[in-house]
Amino acid sequence: MIASFEGAVTAAVLTLTALGLSLVFGVMRVVNVAHGEFFMLGAVLAWWIATAIGGHPAYGFVAALVVAPLLVGLIAALADMTILKRIDYDPERTIVATIGLLYIIQQVTLMTYGPEARPVEAPFNSRILLPLLDWSNGWPSLYYPTGWGAPSITSYKLFVIGAAAAVVFSVWILMTRTKIGLIMRATQLDGEMAQAFGIPIERVYAFVFGLGAALAALGAVLIVPIQQAHYLMGHDPLLLSFIVVIIGGLGSLPGTVVAAILIGMSDGIISVFFTPTLAKIIATMLVALVLVFRPQGLFGTRAA
Amino acid sequence: MSLLSTQGLSKSFAGLRAVHDVNFTLPKGEIRALIGPNGAGKTTFVSLLCGRIEASAGTVEFDGADVSNLPAHKRIQRGMAYTFQITSVFAKLSAHENIALAVRRRGGDVAVDVPHALERVGLADRQNDLAGDLSYGHQRLLEIAMGLAQKPRLLILDEPTQGLADSEITAFKALVRDLAAEATILLIEHNMSVVMDTADKITVLNFGEILSEGTPAEVRADKAVQAAYLGTG
Amino acid sequence: MSDVQKSLALHLGLLALLFVLQFILPAYHQGNLARIMVLATYAIGFNILFGYTGLLSLGHAMFFAAGMYGMGLSIRYFGFSPGPAVIAGIVAGVVLSAAVGALALRTVGVAFMIVTLMFAQAVYLTVLYFGEFTRGDEGFVIQQAERVFLGIDLSQPTERYFAAFALFSVCLLISMWVIQRPFGKVLIAIRENEERAQMLGYDVFRHKWGAVILSGTISAAAGAFYGLLFGYAGATFATVQYSILPLLWVLLGGAGTLIGPFIGALFTFYLIDIASGLTNAYMLIVGLVLVLLTLFARQGIGGEIRARLWKWLP
Repeated sequence: MIASFEGAVTAAVLTLTALGLSLVFGVMRVVNVAHGEFFMLGAVLAWWIATAIGGHPAYGFVAALVVAPLLVGLIAALADMTILKRIDYDPERTIVATIGLLYIIQQVTLMTYGPEARPVEAPFNSRILLPLLDWSNGWPSLYYPTGWGAPSITSYKLFVIGAAAAVVFSVWILMTRTKIGLIMRATQLDGEMAQAFGIPIERVYAFVFGLGAALAALGAVLIVPIQQAHYLMGHDPLLLSFIVVIIGGLGSLPGTVVAAILIGMSDGIISVFFTPTLAKIIATMLVALVLVFRPQGLFGTRAA
Repeated sequence: MSLLSTQGLSKSFAGLRAVHDVNFTLPKGEIRALIGPNGAGKTTFVSLLCGRIEASAGTVEFDGADVSNLPAHKRIQRGMAYTFQITSVFAKLSAHENIALAVRRRGGDVAVDVPHALERVGLADRQNDLAGDLSYGHQRLLEIAMGLAQKPRLLILDEPTQGLADSEITAFKALVRDLAAEATILLIEHNMSVVMDTADKITVLNFGEILSEGTPAEVRADKAVQAAYLGTG
Repeated sequence: MSDVQKSLALHLGLLALLFVLQFILPAYHQGNLARIMVLATYAIGFNILFGYTGLLSLGHAMFFAAGMYGMGLSIRYFGFSPGPAVIAGIVAGVVLSAAVGALALRTVGVAFMIVTLMFAQAVYLTVLYFGEFTRGDEGFVIQQAERVFLGIDLSQPTERYFAAFALFSVCLLISMWVIQRPFGKVLIAIRENEERAQMLGYDVFRHKWGAVILSGTISAAAGAFYGLLFGYAGATFATVQYSILPLLWVLLGGAGTLIGPFIGALFTFYLIDIASGLTNAYMLIVGLVLVLLTLFARQGIGGEIRARLWKWLP
């Protein structure tokens, strides 16, 4: 059960990150290889902000939670307007450009933040004991083991799961119930038609690109009290997000969410049976083979 | 002796029946025109013939062999050639190289066959021009030259005169009649003058099905065809 | 002079220059140039697939690493001498590229890029997984004694330079030859308009597959030589970075030109050399150059030269 809670935390953050990548691909039809770096930026900026504010960790954390994704979103929107727009969102050129962007962001972070990993304190972090089922009386009842080695989870981790769920829900509301969401979906379905209807595609794209990055950054801010902030931390989330988005189906948001939950949860379980390296090998081969043999993933309707 | 025949050939795109249950026969040496309103399925049909699109159902027989399961390049190797409706040349390569590619695949002699093909369509002086720099009409002629250079048994021309000037169209009609000696020709056309002046027989397609088939005179007089496409003028 | 003759003059001239430089250059630059020539060979391999066939692979490091480890492991564990070891590396490259090509070529465009990236990642992780033998990221040294080929000690600067030169010249001439053959011309046709090439009757899949194998094999040869000449094999060479670098070299030097790979490798090497003197974030240069190239100069140096000056440049 511990594994599944830990897995849920991983799944929560992964869902946010992958959702960002999926959104960008779904609406703009481009692959953003620098996505992991936006994640990393979220964590690093969270550290800057929390350190700058000081006092009770909660103040710094809340500030980071709001400001970091916003900043990262703005940086991403800027990158979209200066670079991606100029290359006309051509798929191949975008990949090359975002690879370049990856190195720029990563290395600038290295130059300013440095190569160390630095922790951010969680705003609250009490231990919550987990109940087990006791059948000794003939019917199930809960009992709470205590002492060393008792199963527990921290309140913060519960918060992460809850927060991620709330954000995913909000994104869903945004996409399906608001005008902005309608515009985004229209642009996704038929960019030219959307343009003919007077929708300012370029602004939509900048917004979507920024939103995608902000989601990743948000996920990073949530995880940074648990992990630490390090300039190379974007690599794994990028790979995992790729895996999620491809298996879930490129362009399908529900597919992304389902796949993220599956993969995030199973990551914990798989690590029980396989070494992390072997698990990663299986995962990457799975992605490759899915793309080769079933390009639409689990839910997607379009091949890449 | 039929060079090409189809049985029950069909293609649906997610519920839309583009081509439906077409039985089509093309005898060797004939010039056949394929006409019909826009969206009738003409290009889809010929794409099914040459393998560019995979059929949903039905068979295609070419020169006595069932080619239904052969990929496009194998059908081309057996003697089909297709010129695209929307010009599809190698824009950044020279006109010479465009045709040379067609010749080489067939194992021909580039030094001889390329100038020959260029001359037949009247592009001899544009040998070294980049294909993308040619005028639209000339690009279509280049397409035809690429088709010729393959020395095919069946030449499928998809709206070849679109965008050509009148003088070029007249030259084209002569070219087609000339070609008929070497190849069977299947011609999709909207230009009725070209159709009437060159075709031995006409097949009319409407809503993915064969509406009518016959000599130019017969088809012109067919009321159903007039209603669907030709008009009574 | 005909175009073919001009091209020959230029490329043979370059080779002659490289040959002579060995005697003129100071030791530091001589060593650099040896490295550059091997890396340029890797770039030549990459260019055949990307520049000439139009397929962007993000996983070429797997071929480079296959060559390196094929060579390194056969020396370390099977006692091969350098010659057979390099051949083992090349064979590893052929096998891997044939297998990967057969699978990856079933996808196109962005999917192809991602699939190659994933396969390369899997290869890198496999190298780590078998760290017991490969020594993972740490890598292993190939001793000087093991690097003697037919009595020639390849660890010595001069011998090493000539070995690199031999590799580079052979692969440059191979690529020159392939481009002029019908096979090479079909690759270019596929790059320009794949459907048209198919509808002319060319078996596009087999041509692409051949391109992948040729490209992967040359890359593996480069990897094998790199490990042998510089005496080290390590998992770093299988990371994404070593898949991005050939892309950078080829883009900078001019994709689809014969001389581009060398120019790109040369420039990048010295750019990074200078940058790493200033900061340890030298990959920033890579990032900036990639973005600038893709925004403003997609043709790269060679491409610009071909467009503006020498139209005959192959």
